Amino acid sequence: MLDVLLFVVFPYVALAIGIVGTIYRYLTNQYSFTSLSSQFLESDLQFWSSTLWHYGILPTTVIHIAGFTLPKVMAALHSTPELLYLSELAGKVLGVMALVGVAIMLYRRLSNTKIRAVTSPVDWIILALLFGQVFFGLILAFAYRWGATWFIHTATPWMVSLASFQPSPQYVTALPLAHKVHFFTGFVLFALMPFSRLVHLATFPVGYLWRRFQLVIWTRKKVA
Amino acid sequence: MKVRSQVSMVFHLDKCIGCHTCSIACKNIWTDRPGAEYMWWNNVETKPGVGFPTQWEDQDKYHGGWELEDKPKNPQLKLKLQNRLQTLGNLFSNPAMPTMDDYYEPWTYNYGDLFNAPLGEDQPTARPISRVDGKPIEIESGPNWDDDLGGSNIYAMNDPLLQNMSEDEKLRLFSIEQLFYFYMPRICNHCLNAACVAACPSGAIYKRAEDGVVLINQDKCRGWRMCVSACPYKKTYYNWSTGKSEKCILCYPRLETGQPPACFHSCVGRIRYLGALLYDADQIPDATRVPDDQLVQRQREMILNPHDPEVIAAAKASGVPDRVIVAAQNSPVYRYVKEWELALPLHPEYRTLPMLFYVPPLLPVINSTQENGTQRVETELFTSLDKARMPVRYMSLTLAAGNDEEVLKSYRKMIAVRIFKRHETVGDVTAEEAAAALAEANMTAEEAEAIYRLTSIPTYQERFVIPPYSREGDIEEIYDPQQRKAEAGFGRQQAPQRGL
Ligand code: HEM
Repeated sequence: MLDVLLFVVFPYVALAIGIVGTIYRYLTNQYSFTSLSSQFLESDLQFWSSTLWHYGILPTTVIHIAGFTLPKVMAALHSTPELLYLSELAGKVLGVMALVGVAIMLYRRLSNTKIRAVTSPVDWIILALLFGQVFFGLILAFAYRWGATWFIHTATPWMVSLASFQPSPQYVTALPLAHKVHFFTGFVLFALMPFSRLVHLATFPVGYLWRRFQLVIWTRKKVA
Repeated sequence: MKVRSQVSMVFHLDKCIGCHTCSIACKNIWTDRPGAEYMWWNNVETKPGVGFPTQWEDQDKYHGGWELEDKPKNPQLKLKLQNRLQTLGNLFSNPAMPTMDDYYEPWTYNYGDLFNAPLGEDQPTARPISRVDGKPIEIESGPNWDDDLGGSNIYAMNDPLLQNMSEDEKLRLFSIEQLFYFYMPRICNHCLNAACVAACPSGAIYKRAEDGVVLINQDKCRGWRMCVSACPYKKTYYNWSTGKSEKCILCYPRLETGQPPACFHSCVGRIRYLGALLYDADQIPDATRVPDDQLVQRQREMILNPHDPEVIAAAKASGVPDRVIVAAQNSPVYRYVKEWELALPLHPEYRTLPMLFYVPPLLPVINSTQENGTQRVETELFTSLDKARMPVRYMSLTLAAGNDEEVLKSYRKMIAVRIFKRHETVGDVTAEEAAAALAEANMTAEEAEAIYRLTSIPTYQERFVIPPYSREGDIEEIYDPQQRKAEAGFGRQQAPQRGL
């Protein structure tokens, strides 16, 4: 019963809150969509924390999503022992980067009074949860090796079952506690997105790659 | 030809008395808010000096503005900061981000202590406390920290422009008898080829087509803070509280109601002029890609003569309203920049096509060769230009990308106007000498008289020729007029509150 609650009901609720909430916030309060950067107040630690964190977490996130959506491709990517070693190593390196990054973020917010002045309670929750999430992720990576392989036989079918509205929690209910914590926190973070600074990742400005440099806007276009 | 109108500005540095009234007018209206305390959309710098933020002119440090590709054939313009892909890679931590230390940490005083201190032997004091975290601070810098410190070996000596000057010129700047400084008020230049607009990953910064005012859409700004680095003038500021960038809005709500911006209106020395310029937007790519020494001339070329029937026809075809064309014809800026070629753009070598122009200060230039307190104004002024108290080079590095001739041309005219008027009003200069001075500056008596009038005794209406706006017409159909009236262009419907 608890398993159904945690791995069927909660994921749906979390996804709904995350998606609907973020869209609602965008429509009603676009002004609040910002990275809330604090680099202006402190730049040195910000460089290490933010760079390590984002360059660790973004590829990791992409790899997770690829694992859910393109399991065949991902399986092919570690079809030989060498490739498997390599993906295992890459995952661990990225994870450690992210963990160090978020640890520095926490330290920076704790130690610098200026940064603390621009820290909201939600920031603490988010940072603590992210730290926990990456920490448990690394426990999985180190204690249960070859995640690249077992991932696509446990987490992937579970996510696919959720996505196809035929939820099958049994893919994950038998897994050890560390796994469950990692899965659960993941959805908690997703649900928290609209209530935190995490909305900044919904507005990644890819369009910059092709937009024209100068923007000129008419109040009302009078000439064709 | 694509004609557009730009509300442009001239600051006459010879008239600036450095009173900072402009800065205060601006601060009181726009930036007296949490996160904006340190911002000075309008500031007045003592030059030579380090400026605000410290050494903003040092683009090796801040990477602002544009640069021309280093190749002989068809070089393209690129942001000095980074290319597009690098922009996305640097979102997480901007490598050229100035920090609060480059500006100053805003503070207030713990005034409550004056009243609440327990009875004691000592006088209670109000300690300075930071307006960021409320903690006591040691004040190490502040607004106008180097005010009037021309010649100072901490501030003036560290002026980035000095790197490009000869030892002899530097010696002249710092020998004690010759010390000088002048004031340079700065606001956003509302550039035609703005680097902040180009660098914004979210596309939140834009130029208003009707009047050329450059604005940051606060709803679209995502706090990636690339504009702060990319603006070579450091005139976009990051609000550390709201997580949005902000900049001078040229008081557009005032402009739309026919009033000059607050800094213009309040200027005590009446150094500021505002008016429309018509320019050919199709020429922007070419005008930004000429060699440094041609930049000023090329920018002038793209500014069009609003009296020329061809230009008027093209302007109408491009949708410039008739009343704006009339305003452009009366624009004092047009006269200073194009007709008289007296006013020059600030650091044209940044290639942003700034639309704020400066008339260089004459006072520090002359009067270096005085002997026994005598100087024959008509004979010695001209020769003094190359022996000037302030090396002309300093001015040309500031206002002409190092092209001395542009600055000299401007100076010769200003000097000729003085000699001409001296002949008229004081009479110790002969008509021949006055005529010779005008000839040397290549100008007519009428022009000299016109320059004199607009410089010395202009009326409010002559200084500020604000093109009429038709915002009410632009908005009427989509907006309830009563609501519009209530808002009158001021403020947001939503308080600028920091999000979660
Ligand atoms: C989509 C691409 C992303 C971009 C462009 C981006 C950009 C940024 C920026 C500019 C900051 C502000 C850093 C500063 O100057 O203080 C930031 C902070 C942060 N980002 Fe991201 N981010 C992205 C994705 C993510 C993801 C996927 C996560 C986590 C799931 C994340 C979590 C955070 C956190 C927790 C902070 C706060 C840092 C602090 O407390 O100092 N970001 N991000």
